[in-house]
Amino acid sequence: MYSNKVVDFGTPTKRSDNTVTVHIDGKPVCVPEGTSVMRAAVEAGVQVPKLCATDSLESFGSCRLCLVEIDGRRGTPASCTTPCDDGMQVTTQSNKLANLRRGVMELYISDHPLDCLTCPANGNCELQDMAGAVGLRDVRYGYEGENHLVQEKDESNPYFTFDPTKCIVCSRCVRACEETQGTFALTVEGRGFESKIAAGPTNFFDSECVSCGACVQACPTSTLMEKSIVDAGQPDHAVTTTCAYCGVGCSFRAEMQGSEVVRMVPHKDGKANHGHSCVKGRFAWGYATHPDRVKKPMIRKKITDPWREVTWEEAFEYAASEIKRIQAKYGQASTGGITSSRCTNEETFLLQKLVRAGFGNNNVDTCARVCHSPTGYGLKTTLGESAGTQDFDSVDFTDCVIVLGANPTDGHPVFASRMKKRLREGAGLIVIDPRKIDLVRMPHVEADFHLQLRPGANVAVMNALAHVVVTEGLESKDYIAQRCDLDDYTKWRAFISEERNSPEALEEHTGVPADQIRGAARLFAKAPNGAIYYGLGVTEHSQGSTGVMTIANLAMLTGNIGRPGVGVNPLRGQNNVQGACDMGSFPHELPGYRHVSDPAVRELFGKEWGVKIQPEPGLRIPNMFDAAVDGSFKALYVQGEDIAQSDPDTQHVQKALESLECLIVQDIFLNETAKYAHVIFPGSSFLEKDGTFTNAERRISMVRKVMPPLAGLADWEVTVRFAEALGYRMDYKHPSEIMDEIARLTPTFSGVSYDKLNKLGSVQWPCNDAAPEGTPYMHEQEFTRGKGKFVLTEFQATPERTTRKFPLILTTGRTLSQYNVGAQTRRTQNQLWHDEDMIELHPHDAENRGIEHGDMVSMQSRKGDTTMRCVITERMQLGVVYSTFHHPESGANVVTTENSDWATNCPEYKVTAVQVRKVTSNRSDWQQRFDAFAQQQDSLARQGAEDPEQPAK
Amino acid sequence: MDANKLVTMANQIASFFATDPDRTAAVAGTANHIQKFWEPRMRKTLLAAFDDGGDHGMHELVVAALTEHRAGLEPVA
Repeated sequence: MYSNKVVDFGTPTKRSDNTVTVHIDGKPVCVPEGTSVMRAAVEAGVQVPKLCATDSLESFGSCRLCLVEIDGRRGTPASCTTPCDDGMQVTTQSNKLANLRRGVMELYISDHPLDCLTCPANGNCELQDMAGAVGLRDVRYGYEGENHLVQEKDESNPYFTFDPTKCIVCSRCVRACEETQGTFALTVEGRGFESKIAAGPTNFFDSECVSCGACVQACPTSTLMEKSIVDAGQPDHAVTTTCAYCGVGCSFRAEMQGSEVVRMVPHKDGKANHGHSCVKGRFAWGYATHPDRVKKPMIRKKITDPWREVTWEEAFEYAASEIKRIQAKYGQASTGGITSSRCTNEETFLLQKLVRAGFGNNNVDTCARVCHSPTGYGLKTTLGESAGTQDFDSVDFTDCVIVLGANPTDGHPVFASRMKKRLREGAGLIVIDPRKIDLVRMPHVEADFHLQLRPGANVAVMNALAHVVVTEGLESKDYIAQRCDLDDYTKWRAFISEERNSPEALEEHTGVPADQIRGAARLFAKAPNGAIYYGLGVTEHSQGSTGVMTIANLAMLTGNIGRPGVGVNPLRGQNNVQGACDMGSFPHELPGYRHVSDPAVRELFGKEWGVKIQPEPGLRIPNMFDAAVDGSFKALYVQGEDIAQSDPDTQHVQKALESLECLIVQDIFLNETAKYAHVIFPGSSFLEKDGTFTNAERRISMVRKVMPPLAGLADWEVTVRFAEALGYRMDYKHPSEIMDEIARLTPTFSGVSYDKLNKLGSVQWPCNDAAPEGTPYMHEQEFTRGKGKFVLTEFQATPERTTRKFPLILTTGRTLSQYNVGAQTRRTQNQLWHDEDMIELHPHDAENRGIEHGDMVSMQSRKGDTTMRCVITERMQLGVVYSTFHHPESGANVVTTENSDWATNCPEYKVTAVQVRKVTSNRSDWQQRFDAFAQQQDSLARQGAEDPEQPAK
Repeated sequence: MDANKLVTMANQIASFFATDPDRTAAVAGTANHIQKFWEPRMRKTLLAAFDDGGDHGMHELVVAALTEHRAGLEPVA
């Protein structure tokens, strides 16, 4: 039988420069000082029986099963809580120990249901294993005494059950919630025999539990059990792969029965997540087999026509003929493509290759345009490489963290857990955010400073922090002298020292008391290791790129780049944002961030691809929309993105999509963009293909096919076949060959291959001859560009201003349970936590408008209006409202504007002047049009499916 | 392409580089950014607006960039 057990060392690994040697049953083993006897025993190949210990948690010493004998010591100490001493002689097995262990097991089993054969944990139960290991044969106490066998099962959580009758109160779940996840939702209630695990006063669903599943994974019995396992039984094999949600890029073991996933278990050896996960990655994978999946290619001439299901061949031929027709009529530059951060590196690489080589232009862009393109520009300019500087493990060495414009507990929950652990250990925390995000104050974490700035004032705050560092002489002079361009620094120093950049002078813009900024600057500058983590709250502004450069400036100023514990750390939104950017998805750059104007670069790619690469940059996504409305852009191939929902100023986007003569959408669902499409190529989920993702720490990890593509082709195969239909041959038999081509053409990837990834698990680029096993942190000796460049970062207020008509500022974001446009998570039980987008409003703003909690309100901007339900919360500051954008009918982006970052055109999602009013009608005009259009398109899709023989009109 | 929108975008770029006390560098920075990141039809539209003599409210650095770096901003034939 397949075993899904992995080696459990019982207690965590210890970091120490010193080692000690102990003898386990006579076998010598050398371990770091501080290592437990239990762990040393496992390293010596000896499994000491255990129940309350597991190597993801600190030792607890409650189950008394792991007792050992140690020469020269009295009694039988617990091996999990006893650290090794040099020369220690340990005996793990004797008659005395065996009797003690059997006695312990007898007590456990006397109060445990004997339903092993029908128990969902059968075959994967540590209690069962230990009963076997200690040789339990009978229970002298009988089973009739007082017990816990009639307690009610808690099935409130959609993904797992809590059966207290099977609980041995080992506290692993409580400790996992505390140590691994950092939520502290669980506790042991009562004492002695009354002890029981509790998730608050009611049940798991209504508690503080965030459903990360760490407790379920830690449970040694079936007390906490995945409902998927209850339904399906234990897996028969497992495949290691990478999560397709956020930019943390967690490694998972997809546990399978045949080609059906029955459980996703975070991979203990995954270097990004170290065995942890969130509710999305662990549980929200049911979308992959949701009935809404598109399984057949479809075409139609006009968007008012019914869809017609066709063969792949017909779809490719039709799409190719349309591209050719449009190029013949409107020119080569009238076509383009959009790659996806949800697709693999290989797929992204192929799509940009298709556009450059097959379409013959550079009109290719990626959804990173609307999230982290300013990171690419800002970090390339200042440091020389368009990527974050650290690995996630770096946070373990950080003494002071700045979290700027990011909400890690919702957006990047697994990394947030790592960060919270470090914060609980004592690292300082400065949160810079308009909202009181959870990190500001939560169990055992409290920010030293929450700089609750006004939306749009990041650059002012960061300049003010740097001003304090410079004017108070807190800068890292030696570091700057050795590592940075001194001409640039001198110019920047004069600029930043000016009084107008002081916290006091900028207070009217920032809304943050100057003394708080001064305190925060001192805390950060004086910390031995300071790290800055930031997100879309920085980039999605008219000064997004400037904001990124203020971060690089502050990091260089304080000497905080080039070693563990420091750095500039962009928290990427989607799973493969970094990879999509690396793979040449931007219209001005070929893979490896090399500008298309460079003749040598064009020659390199042109020779490999057998074409002439155009020397001019192509259109970015917002430019594509403008050109479409203008009539010069007529055909678009969109892979794995839902631009109709995710991009700002929805009505402008809709107008652009309606202007296209051929819109090809490749997706796993008929998303909002597909409603404007003429061709549908069914996409494949991450479970249906091989490839790689690159996470926020530049870590390239394998994505492995565990089930066949539902529509017959993996996404990379679709692009290959489409290219062939266009007359451009792509000769790949497997994605590994695409990676080989990437490695041939891209210096930072030259050492990457599937063989290496299979061997090492993952690697962080640059991975080449200089760093054959990758680069955990960058710019160690010098910056990629040579000397670090301080850039002048003048604060300039956004053109979006509040007025009497639009007195509030809207800022948008995401929530834990939903992901991006919600296409995946809305098709899972995660809906139970967030089934509609809502507007968060400060109590005073609500009171002034006569709005009460739960009211329907309209939100109107200069661009449009929509209605949502209202949440009144003091998380918001006065004058600022917030909404998520996970549900298409909410129309959050109907309200957002066309304003964008000066350097990259990244939209300014984070600042929109709005008015909010209580309404009686539930739907705005736009929403009513949306409803009608959605109804029409649903009907056209149904007609096509019902009548596959219907000819194309 | 909407010339007014492109002028706004060009002015944003100029506003960033305008902080540089070295005016020559500021003009070159503005021109270089437009050249490196703007697709030819965008540059053509901006240049056409510049050439039509109308008051488009261009930042003076944009005017200088289009004047002094014209050759680099003309799309490659």
